[in-house]
Amino acid sequence: MSEHDAAAEVLVAVTLREPGEPVSATAIREALALHLDHSVSPTAPGASGDLLVPVMREELTAAIEALLELDATHVMLTAFCLAGPRVGRSPRVQAGLAVEEVMAVPNGPLVRLRIVLPADDPSYQSITPLVPAAQWDEREARDLHGVTPVGHPDPRPLVIHDAGTTPASAAAPASSSAATPASADAAVPSPYAPPPAAPAAPEPTVPPTTAPTVPDVAPYRAFVAHGDGVYQLPVGPIHAGVIEPGHFRFSAVGESVLYLDARLFYAHRGIERMVEGRPFAGALPVIERACGVCTVTHATAYSRAVEELTGTVPPARAQMGRVLLAEMERLYNHVGDLGNICAGVGFNYGISRLGFQKERLLRLNERLTGHRYLMGVVAPGGLRLELDERGLVGLGSLVTDIEHEVRATVRHIVRSEGVMNRLHTTGILTNAEARRLGALGVAARASGQACDLRIDRPTDGYREIQVASVGASSGDVAARFHVRAQEVGVSAAIVADLAGRIPDGEISVPLGREPRSGEVALAGAEGPRGASWIWLMAGPKGTVARLHLRSASFANWPIVAAVVPGNIVPDFPLINKSFELCYACTDR
Amino acid sequence: MPMDAVRRLVTPLRNSPVTSHYPESGPLLQFATRGLPMVDQHRCNGEGSPASACIRSCPTGAILAAPPDAASKAPSIDAGRCIFCAECVSACPSSAIAMTWRSELSRTDRAQLVERPVEIDPGISASEGSNIADHLATTRADDERTRTQIIGRLGRSLHVRHLDAGSCNGCDWEIAALLNPYHDVQRLGIDFVASPRHADLLLVTGVMTRNLEEAANRTYQAMPEPRLVVAVGACAIGGGVFAGSPQTGDGATSRLPVDVFVPGCPPRPEAIIQGLLMAVHLRGSGIGDAAGSGGANAGSEAPAGPAKAPQ
Ligand code: SF4
Repeated sequence: MSEHDAAAEVLVAVTLREPGEPVSATAIREALALHLDHSVSPTAPGASGDLLVPVMREELTAAIEALLELDATHVMLTAFCLAGPRVGRSPRVQAGLAVEEVMAVPNGPLVRLRIVLPADDPSYQSITPLVPAAQWDEREARDLHGVTPVGHPDPRPLVIHDAGTTPASAAAPASSSAATPASADAAVPSPYAPPPAAPAAPEPTVPPTTAPTVPDVAPYRAFVAHGDGVYQLPVGPIHAGVIEPGHFRFSAVGESVLYLDARLFYAHRGIERMVEGRPFAGALPVIERACGVCTVTHATAYSRAVEELTGTVPPARAQMGRVLLAEMERLYNHVGDLGNICAGVGFNYGISRLGFQKERLLRLNERLTGHRYLMGVVAPGGLRLELDERGLVGLGSLVTDIEHEVRATVRHIVRSEGVMNRLHTTGILTNAEARRLGALGVAARASGQACDLRIDRPTDGYREIQVASVGASSGDVAARFHVRAQEVGVSAAIVADLAGRIPDGEISVPLGREPRSGEVALAGAEGPRGASWIWLMAGPKGTVARLHLRSASFANWPIVAAVVPGNIVPDFPLINKSFELCYACTDR
Repeated sequence: MPMDAVRRLVTPLRNSPVTSHYPESGPLLQFATRGLPMVDQHRCNGEGSPASACIRSCPTGAILAAPPDAASKAPSIDAGRCIFCAECVSACPSSAIAMTWRSELSRTDRAQLVERPVEIDPGISASEGSNIADHLATTRADDERTRTQIIGRLGRSLHVRHLDAGSCNGCDWEIAALLNPYHDVQRLGIDFVASPRHADLLLVTGVMTRNLEEAANRTYQAMPEPRLVVAVGACAIGGGVFAGSPQTGDGATSRLPVDVFVPGCPPRPEAIIQGLLMAVHLRGSGIGDAAGSGGANAGSEAPAGPAKAPQ
């Protein structure tokens, strides 16, 4: 045993959990009343136990301050049209926009602070100065829903790159809206056209007949540093490897990065708007494909939101099956990510050995569900497809074998001084910064933040099993590497334990009651990259009125950009890979 | 530490080679593998109208009603749109649709991705029918023939540039899997390059979002001629589940002249290799070579003509 192993042990032995007193709804109400100088009346906790607190728009910051004193953390901020989308010919009931800031009180409920904005002046005081974790949420809401966070430090468009420059193509055509009052629509400069009616009839034989045209794109205003010897290094959006699109503008002096400006949302497909008006089941294939490698996470979060709205309890087999699938998803992602960290330093031994173990895990996924990335299995009400018995037989021992192989390779990596030199003290995210910026998942746990939805707010089968919490304190690439390596062990143990004892019985139940139009449910699921949340508002007849997906990658991307300055440019790929964020579910 | 270096050298020697022999041997399928569904025209109750249960159930509009003058009213399945979700199988009231293991479905012509219903002996249930196995054996034989042809053509290496035009990341991970020790495309002379200026072939995934149109177009323009474009996955072929979103074009086909279509959501790595080898074949047969040689996209920005015979 070398000193590196010993260092690794110390690194991961940090305990993250300190059990606290449960915080009741009354305590939250009192805290809010104290700051707002009047009593507040949160609606009774919904099925998910979250509190909806309507506040005046001038009071939003005071309410947030009250929650911050309770150590609350930012979950998401979302905007929506109060009238909901037009479904069929039903008229809108009310004009105006609403913004909801969702915060999680530790050991307490989720609090949804809702403000209502008039359609002719949809502005409110930006909360980013108070809650930096909300910086991208607010910019996104501004781009997609036309609400204005007054005093937000970053005025640039985030999601719609050409926002404001191509009004002709962006303006919603006014067709088909004759039957409904257009007041709300007219006031909201939505960049989207109305949702499509149905998938257009396919025309398989039509190749393009015109030469590709270069669209008008507004020049990008990058935030850069100035000074003697400072130069800019633009990278992307098309990268050198097999990577997703994103543009990075480094301001550097010599090799050291002074500032990094990340511009993402190239892969923005508009899926939240796409699913509006669809029946619950019809939205699933789209939500599942927000990210191709967190399919179980997103499908589970969405399914749980639908189940809460409809009062459905999935059968025991489905609940445990979801845990099994979620852990398989974490396993193949983590094993692949460990290999990718090796790719960040060019350590081919690790890349290829871990790459093969990942391939074996994908094979097991396919044996179990018929799909290498586990798509099309989790659905509202339980599971859509039965887990293949042939896949369950021997799953435990195969996963254990893979885990042994991974552990052996990790040992070789940890003993390679060339690799560990690059990993240690690179890309440090301090505990305080992780908390301030709202880090999630592995990134947070490697910086000493306890945050794991499987432990904090367990759902489905997680209520019945113990998940060992893993963490580190140094917050550098090495810490994230070790946390992942340890979590592979934890997940493999869960899979080995569950594979042989998934309860028999039905895999799904029909959805329960039909939710009232305008009812909202919030559900989260801990994925390989952290907690992803779905905010779902029901429309008439079991349809989606509005859906917001806040993925863990969305939360962590601004943090990557904040962590890179101070490191050298060649370490950026390494830092990026140690966070291992997905562009697709950030951009949606 | 020398001992560790030795250990790193010795450990791999203890393992036997893991690399696949695809395309000489078939893809590694599992029993549960979901491939392209197949319609049995005898069992189909023959409505074939847009109101049929299967057509309404499909999330991507992959099931096409039979044309009015067709002999059979059973619908066809468009492999370019199918996401292999098996929704149609449970929706069909007469069990006329069954999932198959077929996943190597690359074609050079978009129209050929539409699979006609098959004739299966009416006495045999769609799930157990041995005729299905026969049918699969024939398609297998076809696949084998294509493989032998394309391997014969593989006289030189192929340099590939990957372009993510707004995908869910699934296809991209399958492309990345091509480089792992199991699939290892480098053994076939195929490699990925960092710059489009060094590439023979553009491997496009994703729906072509509005935000990426310009970058995608510039990437294509930066490639030297002759250049080939392979569209990977349902999104690149026709928008997949995102078809119709105002923020996206309907696939790479809407902006780039595509030479080979690789269906799947995402296509398995073997299917992507098949598509790449098919492109090699195109290249060997002169399509995409010098300008004006009749190659559909050579020497001009005008997109490809519709039909390029795969022989
Ligand atoms: S498997 Fe799914 S996507 Fe494919 S044809 Fe059937 S319903 Fe449509």
